[in-house]
Amino acid sequence: MNRLLRSINVTELLRPLGHVLAFSCGSAALMSLIAVSLALVLDRTVVGADLLDRYNVTLFTYTMVNLPQVVIDGLTIGFVYAAIALGYTMVYGVLEFINFAHSEIFAVGAFVGVELLIALDATGILAGASLVMAYAYLILAILFGMIAAGALAVTVERVAYRPLRGASRLVPLISAIGVSFLLQDIIRLVESLTTGQFNRIMPTFGNFDGRIIFGKLAMGNSTITLGIAIKSIIVIVAAVVMLVGLNYLVNATRIGKAIRAVAQDRKTASLMGINVNKIISLTFLVGGLLGGAAGVLYALKFTRIDPFVGFFPGLKAFTAAVLGGIGNMTGALLGGLVIGMLETFAGSYMGVFTMGALGSEYKDIFAFSILILVLIFRPQGLMGKHVVQKA
Amino acid sequence: MAKFRFSFYATMLATGLALAVCGSAAASEKVIKIATQSPLSGDQSAVGVDIKRGAELALEQLAGPLTEMGFKVDLAPYDDQANPDSGVANAKRIVSDPQVLAIVGHYNSGVQIPSSEVYHTSGLANISPANTNPKVTTRGYLEVNRIVGRDDVQGVVGADFAVSKGVKTAFIVHDKTAYGQGIAEFFRKRAEEIGIKVLGFEGTEEKANFDALLSPVVAGNPDVVYFGGMAFQAAVLFKQARERGYEGMFLSDDGFDSSDAAKIGGKTLIAGGGTFYSTVSGPASVYPGTAKFIADFKAKFNADPQPFAAQGYDSMAISLKAIEEAARANNGEIPSREAVTKAVRALKEFQGITGTFTFNEIGDPEKAQYFVIQVKSADPNEWSSNEVVKTLDIAPPK
Amino acid sequence: MVSSHFEDLLSRFSRGPWPYLLVLAHIAAGTQLVYTQPRSILAFLVLVSSFLTLYFVRADLRFKFFAGALLAVVIIPLIGVRNIFYLEVIFQIAVFAALALGLNIVVGFAGLLDLGYVAFYAVGAYLWAFFGSQQFYAMYYAPGTQPSDLPFLLPGDAFYMFMLLGVVVAAFTGIILGLPVLRVRGDYLAIVTLGFGEVIRVLANNLDKPLNLTNGPQGITPIQRPTMPEGVVEFVNSTLQPLIGHRVTVADMYNLLFYLLALVVIVVIIFVTRRLDDSKLGRAWTAVREDETAAIAQGIPLVKTKLAAFAVGASFAGVMGVLLAASRTFISPESFSFMQSIGVLVMVILGGSGSIPGVILGAATITILNLQVLQGFSLYLTELRQSDAIIPIINFAWKDLSTQLDPAKYQKMLFGIILIVMMIFRPEGMIPATRRRRKIDQEEN
Repeated sequence: MNRLLRSINVTELLRPLGHVLAFSCGSAALMSLIAVSLALVLDRTVVGADLLDRYNVTLFTYTMVNLPQVVIDGLTIGFVYAAIALGYTMVYGVLEFINFAHSEIFAVGAFVGVELLIALDATGILAGASLVMAYAYLILAILFGMIAAGALAVTVERVAYRPLRGASRLVPLISAIGVSFLLQDIIRLVESLTTGQFNRIMPTFGNFDGRIIFGKLAMGNSTITLGIAIKSIIVIVAAVVMLVGLNYLVNATRIGKAIRAVAQDRKTASLMGINVNKIISLTFLVGGLLGGAAGVLYALKFTRIDPFVGFFPGLKAFTAAVLGGIGNMTGALLGGLVIGMLETFAGSYMGVFTMGALGSEYKDIFAFSILILVLIFRPQGLMGKHVVQKA
Repeated sequence: MAKFRFSFYATMLATGLALAVCGSAAASEKVIKIATQSPLSGDQSAVGVDIKRGAELALEQLAGPLTEMGFKVDLAPYDDQANPDSGVANAKRIVSDPQVLAIVGHYNSGVQIPSSEVYHTSGLANISPANTNPKVTTRGYLEVNRIVGRDDVQGVVGADFAVSKGVKTAFIVHDKTAYGQGIAEFFRKRAEEIGIKVLGFEGTEEKANFDALLSPVVAGNPDVVYFGGMAFQAAVLFKQARERGYEGMFLSDDGFDSSDAAKIGGKTLIAGGGTFYSTVSGPASVYPGTAKFIADFKAKFNADPQPFAAQGYDSMAISLKAIEEAARANNGEIPSREAVTKAVRALKEFQGITGTFTFNEIGDPEKAQYFVIQVKSADPNEWSSNEVVKTLDIAPPK
Repeated sequence: MVSSHFEDLLSRFSRGPWPYLLVLAHIAAGTQLVYTQPRSILAFLVLVSSFLTLYFVRADLRFKFFAGALLAVVIIPLIGVRNIFYLEVIFQIAVFAALALGLNIVVGFAGLLDLGYVAFYAVGAYLWAFFGSQQFYAMYYAPGTQPSDLPFLLPGDAFYMFMLLGVVVAAFTGIILGLPVLRVRGDYLAIVTLGFGEVIRVLANNLDKPLNLTNGPQGITPIQRPTMPEGVVEFVNSTLQPLIGHRVTVADMYNLLFYLLALVVIVVIIFVTRRLDDSKLGRAWTAVREDETAAIAQGIPLVKTKLAAFAVGASFAGVMGVLLAASRTFISPESFSFMQSIGVLVMVILGGSGSIPGVILGAATITILNLQVLQGFSLYLTELRQSDAIIPIINFAWKDLSTQLDPAKYQKMLFGIILIVMMIFRPEGMIPATRRRRKIDQEEN
């Protein structure tokens, strides 16, 4: 027992946790600062007067009272993006290739998990399940989603990417776009053949929809309950576990060492006796497992899924990965959190700050604007090291 | 290289010629086709496919009189892919087929408007099961009719109902589609006219994560949250709003009329101030045909009808009836398109499953009946037992 | 054995009068088939494929031009007016061929993967949609609430000027976008352009407030068309009615006008593309595509070269956008989705990136597949389902076939399969570019 404990590299477990904490607090503080200073400035203008008229509060109070909830929401979606971004970053780190189909692998994970729960629900098990069993079923669904997505990721690599290894960079990317489209329609075909409809709804069970209330804040004509949904906590905890686990796998195990070796130099790695194909498959497997888990968690948090569900989260997660420095796992976490925060802050405050001229409908393009800015000023991403493109 | 090019080309040519010769259509006697156009692929296909299925069911059940007159009536379903380019191309294909006498069509007003230009120039009767944009009929084309209400009426119905419930403040959300935004704009206009304070007006294409959008909604604690759009978004929004502690009333439009809403929202829909929706398609208690339709639909397609499936059924029913009238007037021969177009307008008090239809001179139903319905049960299977809380007869603006 | 027969045939058919006869026979057969069976897809395909014969045979260049012009300007318009669906198909082929040729410059020549190409198409379309409609006067109305009797800002004939303006504005947009993003690496560029395409669509969808510029999701309609010269319709009716078989309407003549305009644009594009391909800039593009580092070492200004590709590609899309807005008289953001961008990319990849005839063939194939073959096949299945037919051996009744299996529903799947299969088995496309073909031939020898 002691020896087993000693063989665990504790720093590699604690370091990512430290990052999680630092990035969450950092991005929250930064965004809050921006929001509050904007509110202070705008409060004296017509914007403040307009809000006072409609909501009967000053802009500053409004911003402050809403702030904790916005931060919680931002963190939750940020962790979802981070979990998906890990899959992009793993593959890119090893192959320098954007796995465009990762968003559909995510969607397949979501569908398999939800289908399992729907099947269980149909037997009536879910409705009467005790709390412990409810969590057990959820974990089972996540595992199923992970396995399906992982297997799919490996298959896709074998069929559509491996034959193209060594071709110019755009060739496998185009193939990946093809896979993404193909998978969307396959999901749709399979799902609609069974029931005639292709969207699925996560069954309600357990206490996941419950909410832990921290307190109530009075503001203007209303009181705001500040709290966090239990499913949001599950999402955050699961994402952190995935991040820590992946970090451990890559930085503290033999397999991780092999992965890093292949990422650094494929040829040399193979000369050192590493089976490069196996390692690349493994990378896709890990990316797929993470994507599948993220898919089921996404379905849990947002209830309804369809075959196109992966597209936007996937795009944003990719943005997050680039923002953080693609190929860098800590960067994916940071990128995910920043994008999640930014999007939630923009969605929550932009309508009020601009008197309704710009609203939350612009939140999706925020991510892209940030992506363009980052690529101009810091193409290697926030945490990436500058690397010369391999020929 | 040259070898490849030649063989490639030769194969293509040979297959083409061979198929062209084989493909000569068999001569047929009195065949009448009724086309449908709706998105059968892509992310809006859930509704689009059911418009087609509704029409298919109607054709199966109601083609009797025409069959007795010796016609063979066929369905010709087209996929407009929710894309104006495909819609227009299909429209041209449809009008170039002389056997097509009517077209039931379009889910997206953005596709219906350019496509119906084609129907208009070739005199083909178009009955729209779902397009609520005022522009669909205000162009005044003889060929274009619709059996649904108009955005500028339904939004008003919603606002008037809200006032009758004592609502003072409202937050309006829409789905950034021509349909949802259209209704929401008119809800806002009417609400402001009759003294409801509009706390916010937001559009969103989001389907899952409404957290950010909900901050200003919950902070304003409005008496009513109005959603212009479809159930699959509205129910998710409502559910998340309840989870955030909002206790007021929800109000939506006829896109909300789907048992999916209960499947997604569950108990959150009946909690607090409750959930209401305005609709032109009457519930089973008012139109007994609806219950039968739902049962038949389930039996045939093994799925619950989506919104506008019943309208697809009625549009087809009207097409069949008009063709029948026109054919009788033509001594049992295949009528001209022009005659069918006129016969549609000449129908009086046509009894469908979603209402009683007489078209006015621009093709809107004269006096559509609007219902405001309250969600009564969290069980999706009980959706049809939702209760009518208000009924209004409104003539469309001209 | 078989191949020697082929070679025999080939050499016989490429000598003497044979190529000329073959082309004329094909055109005549196609025309005859379409005339006798005006509703058969395959007859139409035979006619359209005569362009291919024309391309493949060895014949005098002047003859090829003459036959091509005869086909494109005389036969197809006549058949198109007879059956306006064909005219629509051929119009869409022309529009997409122009778009694909534009994207071909960016992807095929310069090697920059642009996943948001329809953004420039949207810029052109909204340019004319705004100035050629009542939208200018509707700016202060919320979407849907504007009265319908507002005046038009410009006369319909300003359309021709806007076709030129569309070129300029779209090129300018290309440069504005290109300046910041062209410094990033190829695969990042793909995602950035995807994002940009989305941004343009979201803007079109949302710029209905604070000022109503695009009318949001409701779209802009009516958009004006250039005036049809008086007497054209009567002239056509009085002279060509026996050939056409029915009286033509103004709408038919507009369809024809826009088809011919699209044809003119394509000719210009092909001319410009060919000139560019052989120019210093074209060589610079090739250099950048094949090896960026080496290109820099040769003193090729990287960003400037890429920007030129972006701007030229964008301008083609811009002018087609203006054309589309006028021909549809209606524009909404739905026409400019990611799916459209991918559709154009599929055309380029399938036909052969960098190859002008290849790209046109790609555009034609995808458009015909999409509009005719898939839809036609689905309709055929529906007919079978409505009949009592059964599949003989397995005794399966057609009417039990699930409607979920209709091929028309799976356009995305088709695109996906094409992309994957082409990348794995034939990345150079159906008709490879000459430069690449040379390379392949060398490898084979």
